[in-house]
Amino acid sequence: MASRLRSTWGGVLRTPLGASAATLLAAVLLLAVLAPLLWFERADTVDTANILQGPSSTHWAGTDSLGRDIFYRVLVATRLSIQLALLSTAIGVLVGLLLGAAPQLLGARAGRFVTAVVDIAVAFPGLLLALTFAVIFGVGTRGAVLAIGLATAPSFARLTSTLVASVAGRDFVAAARIIGVGRVRVLLRHILPNVGEPLVVNATIAAGSALLAFAGLSFLGLGVQAPAYDWGRLLGDGLNSIYVHPLAALVPGVVVLVAGLAFNLFGEAIAKGIARTPDIAMAPDGPRDRRGRRPMRAADATGAQADLTEDPDRPVLAVEGLRVGFPGPAGVAVEPVRGVSFTIRRGEAVGVVGESGSGKSLTALAVAALIESPGWVQAERLEFLGEDLRDTLSRTQRQLLGTTFAMVFQDPTTSFNPTQRIGRQLAEVAQEHQGNTHAQAMARAMDRLRAVRIPAAQRRAHQFPHEFSGGMRQRAMIGMGLMGAPRLIVADEPTTALDVTVQRQVLGLLDRIRAADDVALLLISHDITVVGEVCERVLVMYAGRIVEDLPAAELRTRARHPYTRALLAAVPDMKTDRDRPLAVIPGRPVDPANVPAGCAFAARCPLADDHCRQADPPLVDDGSGRRVACWHADAMLPAIPVAGDGRGAGGRGE
Amino acid sequence: MTSVPANVPLFSAMADNAWVRFAVRRLGRLLVSTWVVITAAFLMIHLIPGDPVRAALGATAPLELVNARREALGLNDPLWLQYVHYLRDLFTGQMGTSMISGLPVSQVIGDRLPATVELAVGAFVFAIGLSVPVGLTMAVLTRGGRRRRAELAFTSTSVVLAAIPQFLVAVGLVYLFSVQLGWVPVAGRGGLGSYVLPVLALGLGPAAVLARILRVETLGVLQADYIRTARAKRLRQRRIYLRHALPNALTATITLAGLLLSGLVAGTVLVENVFAWPGLGMTIVQSILAKDYPVVQGIVLVYGLGVLLVNLVVDIALALLDPRSTIRES
Repeated sequence: MASRLRSTWGGVLRTPLGASAATLLAAVLLLAVLAPLLWFERADTVDTANILQGPSSTHWAGTDSLGRDIFYRVLVATRLSIQLALLSTAIGVLVGLLLGAAPQLLGARAGRFVTAVVDIAVAFPGLLLALTFAVIFGVGTRGAVLAIGLATAPSFARLTSTLVASVAGRDFVAAARIIGVGRVRVLLRHILPNVGEPLVVNATIAAGSALLAFAGLSFLGLGVQAPAYDWGRLLGDGLNSIYVHPLAALVPGVVVLVAGLAFNLFGEAIAKGIARTPDIAMAPDGPRDRRGRRPMRAADATGAQADLTEDPDRPVLAVEGLRVGFPGPAGVAVEPVRGVSFTIRRGEAVGVVGESGSGKSLTALAVAALIESPGWVQAERLEFLGEDLRDTLSRTQRQLLGTTFAMVFQDPTTSFNPTQRIGRQLAEVAQEHQGNTHAQAMARAMDRLRAVRIPAAQRRAHQFPHEFSGGMRQRAMIGMGLMGAPRLIVADEPTTALDVTVQRQVLGLLDRIRAADDVALLLISHDITVVGEVCERVLVMYAGRIVEDLPAAELRTRARHPYTRALLAAVPDMKTDRDRPLAVIPGRPVDPANVPAGCAFAARCPLADDHCRQADPPLVDDGSGRRVACWHADAMLPAIPVAGDGRGAGGRGE
Repeated sequence: MTSVPANVPLFSAMADNAWVRFAVRRLGRLLVSTWVVITAAFLMIHLIPGDPVRAALGATAPLELVNARREALGLNDPLWLQYVHYLRDLFTGQMGTSMISGLPVSQVIGDRLPATVELAVGAFVFAIGLSVPVGLTMAVLTRGGRRRRAELAFTSTSVVLAAIPQFLVAVGLVYLFSVQLGWVPVAGRGGLGSYVLPVLALGLGPAAVLARILRVETLGVLQADYIRTARAKRLRQRRIYLRHALPNALTATITLAGLLLSGLVAGTVLVENVFAWPGLGMTIVQSILAKDYPVVQGIVLVYGLGVLLVNLVVDIALALLDPRSTIRES
């Protein structure tokens, strides 16, 4: 603990902000000690011959109404200002600690009372509390110290009680209690050391605020009284003659500000240092394949206008050589999608399967032109209904996509705007792209909600997303895609966040829509069984590439890539011997930042040989539309290796 | 589908209920806090060590005068009776009389309150009007790590602005715009020009804090799934930012805005004294210095209630903007 604290502070001093704040603070403290010793005489010398003089070589900041040197008075006032600020901070911290620790010290009942009082006090601004206390303690230095100290206490008490409560529930505290350690000792030995850092940080910041507050009270005439003087007093005196002699007000003002900032910035710098210590680097791939949420934008090429009359043979979506990349952590670009090519014909249902991190969700976002900077998309061809989506979208393209390209996302709970009613979120599409009035759009929205079998659509349309169940939300999301006349629905793990019973409904709904209107479907899933049931064709992705493309009907019988076969083998069915451990794919998925040479799957493949590890197999068409990228396609697989732990498996990689 | 009409009134009744429950709960809290403020203002006078009347009239005042004044103020009654009288007087709008001027405290407050309210409301409108567009624009411009320089410039400016106490801002503004440029009067309350500096001084710091918070909240919101949904709907950028991002970012900002606003109520005290603004803030300081306790008590009460009012408004705004908050609380 102590060494961590030291290393944190050391780290803080090495940052530019921390170093300059620390230097500034040290200078202020040094000045507080030395200034009265060095310049007390000069600051107090009355010179009635030279009153209210402007700046000169003898008096840098001029003189006050008694002819005293303002510059030296400001320097000498440092000690009193800092002393009083620290004193009132100490009072505030001490009282705050006692109040905040009250639930620990006094037991639950008295603790609750203290907490309630603190809660009410915290709602009032510190200055108001300070004024009230200043009335009680009387005008003057002592009263102001007490007033500011007590005004600081509530917020510090709140912080302490929050921190203490977070630690008090931990095992080591419970253990200390069980072995009979007293309350005070538990607090001092076991709790406070563990919440020390944030308390120290906040005390530092509080000292800065106390300094400024004290200057405020003295400025009002409620703090330090003449003949004593602190910065606030000097400022107040100077303000009266600001027309004649502005420096008399500006110099103390600037000094107060600099000193206050020194405390504040130093506190902030430590806080930042502490926040940085546990440094949880963002994992390159979260458990839920969320990378697609990073803001990105499509790049490249030109946007072409195409007529929208539909050619039945023209693919709805045509993708060639699609690559998606991001700037990596060390400035090295990472490419999670590395050259994907496929087409989707009208009304066709294509599934994409693969483990987490295989690039399937990014592929979906890229074909939807939803990748934003700093991510980038490159492709030899990326066309939806003949429209090139590689460049920034034109207005007409936006309209076309808005009405004919539907997206269904994984988590319907987070994919609806929580502050808008469902109906409005659907209606928005028709208002934006079809020029509908609000009433027309709402009518359409209700019609669409009915179309996705949402009961009592009229009532439901006026509800907020949180009032819907998960399955209903996902159906409403599909309904949103149906506001226009979709030609393609891209569904990215549409059932993963749902209950098993609801999954069927949603998949059935997608299937019905597809059949009814000849809508193409691109279904992204980690679940090869789901894809096999819903889709006509399956694309298997591994490490940002398609490794196999085959008709869904032939999945079980004619899968050729060892990875596809391993995925299938990892799915238990009715014939699976339940006494044996479930089959898994050994090894780990490829890290997109570190793709090996040769076949990316080689390290996990039972068929891999030296050739596989050196040369990357191309995706070869066998002439009948089936494609596979494997040097050993069709080779007999040795018995699937079986591991017991179920980790690193393909079937439920996400 | 036949159940639709039957369900509509049921639903609206339920919604009403949630709002009713919210109103009852919030009103209960308001009443308790109000009672605490009133009691605190009452006790404040009684916690002053020594005899407040003697302190106010000075050591040389004759004993008979002090006693007569004590009698007139009811200070010779037992504490509980004084408390009862105090509450009774409050309900009838009486807040005692000033020990110095002899004017009723309610009249003093009535005279001075409008100037302070003008200042606070002006500064609030200024802070919101400046921080929302600036915070949102900066979030949009710097999203996804774009424009690092602009981000650095914005964050450092706002941190520094936020750290400067309002009365120092006021002094700086006076020096710059009144003394140097002579554009606006240095102090006092007169034409529209005299409002500029006090409002700026009071509102600039809160505006900086709010803009900074709003930027951070907006950046977080722009990462949310529902923004991706809005983009998938191919809405115009402006609509995505204003309709989808802003309300969600605001709900997170408003709680803090409430704290800043109640701080703004108190900030008027210092700013008024810089600008010799004839409001409550000037009056309370003069009264504290003159030991005119009934006036101080009255003004503390007004400030306290003002803070409670701000908190109430913030809670209501929060409930309106974020439909989940009312339900979450219950």
